[in-house]
Amino acid sequence: MIWQFDIIILIFLVITAVISLRVKDLLAASMVFGTYSFLICLLWAGMGAVDVAFTEATVGAGISAVILIATVYNTRRDSSD
Amino acid sequence: MSEITSQYLIDHFNFWVAVVLMMIGLYAMITKNNLIKKLIGMSIFQTAIILFYVSAGVKEGATIPILEHHVAETEQVEAGEHAEGHSTTKASSSHEVHAINPDDYSNPLPHVLMLTAIVVGVATLGVALAVSQVIYKNYGTLEEDEILAKIKAAENDG
Amino acid sequence: MKWVGLIAVIFTGGLLLSAMDDFPNWGDAHSPANASPVSQYYIEKTIEDSGVPNMVTAVLADYRGYDTMFETVVVLIAGIAIMAILRVMNGVPGGARPSPAHEIGDQHDIIIGTTCRLLIPVLQLFALYVIAHGHHSPGGGFQGGVILGASFILTAIAKGLDPALERLPEKRYVKLAFVGVVIYSGFGVACLLLGENFLDYGVLQVLLPTIDAAEARSHSMLGVEVGVAFTVSAIMFAIYANLASKGELEGGL
Repeated sequence: MIWQFDIIILIFLVITAVISLRVKDLLAASMVFGTYSFLICLLWAGMGAVDVAFTEATVGAGISAVILIATVYNTRRDSSD
Repeated sequence: MSEITSQYLIDHFNFWVAVVLMMIGLYAMITKNNLIKKLIGMSIFQTAIILFYVSAGVKEGATIPILEHHVAETEQVEAGEHAEGHSTTKASSSHEVHAINPDDYSNPLPHVLMLTAIVVGVATLGVALAVSQVIYKNYGTLEEDEILAKIKAAENDG
Repeated sequence: MKWVGLIAVIFTGGLLLSAMDDFPNWGDAHSPANASPVSQYYIEKTIEDSGVPNMVTAVLADYRGYDTMFETVVVLIAGIAIMAILRVMNGVPGGARPSPAHEIGDQHDIIIGTTCRLLIPVLQLFALYVIAHGHHSPGGGFQGGVILGASFILTAIAKGLDPALERLPEKRYVKLAFVGVVIYSGFGVACLLLGENFLDYGVLQVLLPTIDAAEARSHSMLGVEVGVAFTVSAIMFAIYANLASKGELEGGL
């Protein structure tokens, strides 16, 4: 693992986590959460955990984002905080 | 930045970020008012724990935990033809144990534990989202304080 | 409430961060986790015991087979729970809502339709490759199953939920989910019947077309991965179909 990449991705991870919790639009929060999953998938691929990265790419960035958006579609898009 | 501080940073940064992400998720689960936000916080908490485990299994200079194919093929070549592979396989594989050095491959055990945790995590996230859809159907909102106010009003009426 | 939460989080985080200094360095090959005899055994003996190059698959499906079997059962139970919570049968008040998205989905968008018609077969073929090649390259039952489920979800997003449910109706995906668990536990029971421990695949060499116990383990791993893939793909589609349509299984996203 190249540690410079590691540190850059970790900083981006914290930024996307904070954004997805701060933004008031739940659809945007779901999309940013998908970005977060994709970044953490990159991190694991870099650390040599290829199977975990593969699972995260399919499950985290794919299915979780889709089912979050499906729920937001069926409920309300705005949030108070 | 001097050599020592940068080395210290590399040695510990992964664990620090795992703790920071865990605390971001925990804070969201405690204080956020919206149920979907709480669930996103829960997912962040979960990935932080997975990050912690995978970081513990990293080895400096090691490759992915998949044996190179020529290692497996050497065994077959040494074992000879297909039909008489039986007895010679054991002889060549005892020879091969020396070829595999555990320091060359990253630790597969945390990967296995976390791989199943991710899939079970999305299944439980689905259950939580189903419950929140039912809550929305019954109360018309996903904000925690409004739900509590409606429950209290219903209790006072009854 | 915010202040209480903030104080609790800062206190816990401070404790954890102060404990992090005692942790072994990142990437240390001789830390307790990496130097433990269990991990070393997995790395050294996998190829000898089962002939599978991908250690993660070998540990997942063979050494820790119980763990994976019950994880599959957990996924199945989660799917059943979602259906129990959300599923409404036809004729229940509140149903039959003519949603605007349904009308949009009925207009045949030629770009999306053509792209999906080209993409979905490739996606499903790739999913089968990932399942079948899981012990030689990254992949396996969980990943391949999720990709297979995602291909049906893509159909549902592009063409509407009803065409997707025509291809994989509710009765069929519930059956598929159970068949997956039955395949997995069936391998375990077969080992029991042949006089070995549950999920100890080596004894299956008399049933499978193999030359020795190691190859029998390799083939049995493929079998249980197929079982996992059945359950996971069916449940992933079930989760999406129920969540997107509020349990009515029509209209939806």
